[in-house]
Amino acid sequence: MKVVYTDVLVIGGGLAGLRVAIGARRRGHDVTVLSLVPPKRSHSAAAQGGMQASLGNVAKGQGDNEDVHFEDTVKGSDWGADQRVVRMFVDTAPKAVRELAAWGVPWSRVREGDRTVIINGQPVTLTERAEAHGLVAQRDFGGTKKWRTCYVSDGTGHAMLFAVGDQAIAHGVPVHERKEALALIHDGSRCYGAVVRDLVTGELVAYAARATCIATGGAGRVYRVTTNAVICEGIGSALALETGVATLGNMEAVQFHPTGIFPAGILVTEGCRGDGGLLRDANGHRFMPDYEPEKKELASRDVVSRRMEEHIRKGHGAKSRFGEHLWLDITLLGRKHIEHNLREVKEICQSFLGIDPAEQWIAVRPAQHYTMGGVRTDHTGQSTTLRGLFAAGEAACWDMHGFNRLGGNSVAETVVAGMLVGEFIADFCESPAGDLDIPTVLLREALRVERDRLDSLLQGGGTESADALKASMQQLMTDRVGIFRTGADLEAAVSGLQELLLRSRNIGLRHRKDGPNPELVTAYRTQKMLKVALCIASGALARTESRGAHFREDYPRRDDAGWLRRTLATWRDPADTLPTLAYEPLDVMTMELPPGWRGYGARDYVDHPDTARRAAEVQALRERAAQGDRHSVQAALMPYEHLLPAAFRGRNERIDERQA
Amino acid sequence: MNQTTTEPGSTRTLRFHVLRHDPRDAASVPRTETFELEEAAGMTLFIALGEIRERLDPSLAFDFVCRAGICGSCGMVINGRPGLACRTLTRDLPTDITLAPLPAFELIADLSVDTGKWMRGMSERLETWIHEVSPDVDLGRIEAPMDPDLADRIYELDRCIECGCCVAACGTARMRKDFVGAVGLNKIARFALDPRDPRKDEDYYELVGNDEGVFGCMTLLGCHDVCPKNLPLQTQIAFLRRRMARTGVG
Repeated sequence: MKVVYTDVLVIGGGLAGLRVAIGARRRGHDVTVLSLVPPKRSHSAAAQGGMQASLGNVAKGQGDNEDVHFEDTVKGSDWGADQRVVRMFVDTAPKAVRELAAWGVPWSRVREGDRTVIINGQPVTLTERAEAHGLVAQRDFGGTKKWRTCYVSDGTGHAMLFAVGDQAIAHGVPVHERKEALALIHDGSRCYGAVVRDLVTGELVAYAARATCIATGGAGRVYRVTTNAVICEGIGSALALETGVATLGNMEAVQFHPTGIFPAGILVTEGCRGDGGLLRDANGHRFMPDYEPEKKELASRDVVSRRMEEHIRKGHGAKSRFGEHLWLDITLLGRKHIEHNLREVKEICQSFLGIDPAEQWIAVRPAQHYTMGGVRTDHTGQSTTLRGLFAAGEAACWDMHGFNRLGGNSVAETVVAGMLVGEFIADFCESPAGDLDIPTVLLREALRVERDRLDSLLQGGGTESADALKASMQQLMTDRVGIFRTGADLEAAVSGLQELLLRSRNIGLRHRKDGPNPELVTAYRTQKMLKVALCIASGALARTESRGAHFREDYPRRDDAGWLRRTLATWRDPADTLPTLAYEPLDVMTMELPPGWRGYGARDYVDHPDTARRAAEVQALRERAAQGDRHSVQAALMPYEHLLPAAFRGRNERIDERQA
Repeated sequence: MNQTTTEPGSTRTLRFHVLRHDPRDAASVPRTETFELEEAAGMTLFIALGEIRERLDPSLAFDFVCRAGICGSCGMVINGRPGLACRTLTRDLPTDITLAPLPAFELIADLSVDTGKWMRGMSERLETWIHEVSPDVDLGRIEAPMDPDLADRIYELDRCIECGCCVAACGTARMRKDFVGAVGLNKIARFALDPRDPRKDEDYYELVGNDEGVFGCMTLLGCHDVCPKNLPLQTQIAFLRRRMARTGVG
């Protein structure tokens, strides 16, 4: 039995995983990162438009601060988020940008003086302040009151990932590449690490760790049409689920990005619309103001995607041999702006559509983009039910996005969660809870189970094709668990997925070699993905309301009275064909921002019985604290600073909020 | 003869000649295998290879991650030229398409090579990170300003995706296993440009002022021709060579 011992095992080498690893390493712990691919190839690199942090450097960002970012994020989440976690996040985001600036990220910078930008289709002159010259610049993104999205042209994720990846090398963090975790090792109450397969040699090794952190990103590939990279298959969530102990939160909360290029689904950034790009229909008509007079193209993603599909349903889509789509028009931004600030977009349009976006419109249609749900954790990133298991980034549900994530908040979350959870993991390792007696029988048994599982795929003589099952799953999810959901569709999806899951227990392979065998990988991953897909579909079927990105045509209203609660999915028995769903209520009485209207989308919702009482209480607290500064008002409403790790407490300085 | 373009409406049968080998399998012999596929509209090599694996040979090894030209996973030699497979459209290729793994990197199997190990080794050797002046920068304070044009110029060089195409196209790298390649030299140029990194030309000379570094370059500039991100490698290498020569003469 081969065993690798480490203090902290991080599964996933994207931005969240690497930043967790650096944090724990800096605190003196031995860290090992597992990655399916060289870490700089992680899907974090695909984040184009930028990361939100309330620096308030540009003219249109003046007056921005944590409070405004908090409010935007909670409204964006349709009140599904844990508001304390949102506070922790918005407080740390400016620190994250500044840390990355020190690590060499070439943030686009403010240039003092006049410049012309496109707002609402019209050229507008903005004047940037002299004292902001050279500071990190911000652009506009959807669902935000201020220009808050810090960016590096439109290669933000790439620049961040390379800076953090290089810091991981500088800190001597070992990354075990082309290694895949197949199962978590646990005894029902504590996690001891993972069984890991070498994707080149096929060898199985037990990695034993005091703390194990899942940072594997999203599950977009359970859908046919997705912007996600091919490695974003929700495997980290499946690992947690298959313990039977850890829970997944809100898996039905799936985001569809308005502008996937059609039909390939490759992302073009929200920055296109943030910088002034418009959505047009088959007739060239700019339709978003008809639906959303206030935020227009820059409402939150769930709202814009729904409006686009609604417009296509009304018969206004442009027709093509692959189906219907709409147009994204960025020609009005001018060639210079596109070649400077949207150069990835230009490359993508040239390579995949054969068009020049400075001259022609881009064919787009909403595509699956982000998994709001994930491994349910507390605010420290630790599983609430399996000790020693942590999660960070898109794979986690700690839960800062609720039912809809704002653009620019995910790449920000990766590094912020990495900073915070890295510290919390170090705290855990330094506490008695982090001590570990490793029962080797547990390791041996876990290795045996996985070996048997692989052998039965390789030699069991099954008759089902993993590729075919996977394709059927993806088609079902895209057809029936998409932007518009109905009870009938979701029932069909759940029963269809159950059938696929049963069939997946009889997968057979044509190529029977262990080692570099892509068919074997597809086989075991498909079995896991089907469980994740079932969590999404059955969570969506059970949730008889509409909230954020989860929209039920048969239950179009947000129902705070019945559904202001988080879905928790567990997979009790390996023989089950459905997850077990439970619910965790959100406490209105502790919310800083009680539920209300988001400022865009539907105004129609059912109040929670506590909402009026809490709103009055918040109003009274605000009045009582009105003499103090905004920090003391906030502290009166919902204290959170004590929740942050000591290393990241403290105010954020701004041009308009100087520190002594 | 019109082999290089597709008439609208016409369907070509493409022949993919793929170099195959599993170096860990004692019975494996390097060989070329041919697969035939009907071309589809908008078909990229990502789509074509996926179809081959799904329908014709489940064992075919290759690497894709983002399939959008961003992550650099899918570098391979396409009709003799290193490039990113995901954004290569079959309509731009003749009906016979030869695919081979990138040379200069350790072969994993078929079209899959270990660029990760090579790139990490290069990064460790060249210390491709900001050597912070003070490691404990106060994160609560306003960030240090930077000239906007300088930030843009750094990003221009920071766009490298470490795909390995430049190394595969490099004459020196084929002869000298320890050559840092255009990817390494470009990184040095990038950090030398960045005022946040306190290292001086003398420090960089220690890293690349030799035949494994900038003086090993024979100026064939295959790197510049094949770079999928169109990085200004020619200029950067020439500039770095001049600076390092000056530093060496001292």
